Amino acid sequence: MAQYLILIYEDETAYLEPDPQEWAKAMEAHGTFARQAVEKGAAILGGEALQPTPTATSIRSGLMTDGPFVETKEALGGYYVLEARDLDHALEVAALCPAPYGGVEVRPIMDTSGG
Amino acid sequence: MPGSSVPSGQVRRAVEDAHRREWARVLASTVRVAGDLDLAEECVQEAYLSALSAWQRDGVPAAPGAWLTTTARRRALDVHRRDRTLRRKLPLLVVEEASTDTGDDDGAGATPLERGDDRLRLMFICCHPALPPETQIALTLRLVCGLTTAEVAAACLVPEATMAARVTRAKKKIAAARIPFRIPSPDELPERLDVVLTVILLVLSTGHAAPSGPALVRADLVARALDLSRMLVSLLPQEREVRALLALALLTEARRPARTSRDGELVLLADQDRSLWDAAMVQEGCALAAAALAPHPGRFALQAAIAAVHAEAVTAADTDWAQVLALYDELARVWPSPVVGLNRAVATAEVHGPAQGLAEIDVLSTDGRLASYRYLHAARAELLLRLGREAEAGAAYERALLHTANEAERRFLAGRLAGLSGLDR
Repeated sequence: MAQYLILIYEDETAYLEPDPQEWAKAMEAHGTFARQAVEKGAAILGGEALQPTPTATSIRSGLMTDGPFVETKEALGGYYVLEARDLDHALEVAALCPAPYGGVEVRPIMDTSGG
Repeated sequence: MPGSSVPSGQVRRAVEDAHRREWARVLASTVRVAGDLDLAEECVQEAYLSALSAWQRDGVPAAPGAWLTTTARRRALDVHRRDRTLRRKLPLLVVEEASTDTGDDDGAGATPLERGDDRLRLMFICCHPALPPETQIALTLRLVCGLTTAEVAAACLVPEATMAARVTRAKKKIAAARIPFRIPSPDELPERLDVVLTVILLVLSTGHAAPSGPALVRADLVARALDLSRMLVSLLPQEREVRALLALALLTEARRPARTSRDGELVLLADQDRSLWDAAMVQEGCALAAAALAPHPGRFALQAAIAAVHAEAVTAADTDWAQVLALYDELARVWPSPVVGLNRAVATAEVHGPAQGLAEIDVLSTDGRLASYRYLHAARAELLLRLGREAEAGAAYERALLHTANEAERRFLAGRLAGLSGLDR
């Protein structure tokens, strides 16, 4: 098994004024995703939703600035740490991850334990 | 025959032959033992090198592929035994368990798909959708066909250093992201197979009309596409689209002797001496194309069927253009693309006259994707010429020339343009 990070990139404006009903629907979609991941034989080791980029603070060479490290139309809004057999397995699961206003990026996590 | 010495020319030919026929099989089964693409490639290259002296000393073995596989696999095992730490350092390739020991032709009764032929795994890892298209074709030529980096670079028209970097990057991604050495499940197969077929078609079309260079045809690439299609048909005999691709490759290759004149000048399909077409290839191609064309044909079956209609016409005038047009209509439905639209417009011109064909092309030329497509301007020029609009035809030939880097095609277009100036006067 290997670990992968699923990064969820979405247009944040879609979530700026969260309509409670929309929000509940999004949460439900993520709940479904978590169940499907397990059904497909993968394990979700962690994952969170992030506050939008206006709450971010970046530090570059000790210099503090307001905002995300890189300004993009679709911003990092959440992530999952997934355990899967291989990339095909990880992609099969990641394809189910809800991201209606953008998409996801799958990155293999480096194994630094081997020494 | 131990002790006897075989003529070196004969040995070299045997090794070259085994390289062409057996490379994919030898490499694919070595990957399983090496657990790493680079190591597998090194071991296979060494096996081919050692064959030169071993076969000269001991004679060419009855089964050269088996000899090479055993030698390469033994080397891979040796490396692992000698350097136990390597096993821990290398992120080993994720290799799917085989149902039977592969690399040999046992497992009678089961199809290569069921048996899990490692050559299929190799094809699918090279054409993995997580790799960019230009890398898929490069890896296929390098790992499945056994071309050197320099040869792959020449085929893809990029500098050798660029190609070397591209291949290295791909191998790193395969290892680090754990792209598995496996055969797609039945529900993934159609999509994954389509990528493989697209890559082989790209090798075929790059060879059929070389994007640049002195010769119109790159015969070596067409031959590779034919080899790849044949191998895939032997591995996936049930897949209609695979058989259709082989048909397309055969019908393309069959016309090669007629596509250029003795002095290397381009000859249009309509003007080709059809007696020069390879009759055996035409026959095999047409039979395969017919078999592939069942209800709900795929894009490869339709393209093969179109090639077969052309191949079956005894003279250009006998071409069943209505049938060609109907097939392009169907192709545009299953595979909508501007290039299909252009070919359809050419068929329209044959069935309904040049004015209608031209109208379709003019709609297509508003599509930015075709603005620099040399065949759009060339086709427009031909139709304008038929309509007697020489000045516009001249301008279209000039635009076609602007986007053509193949020297044979350039000479052809320049000749048409020169002929026009003669008409003007």
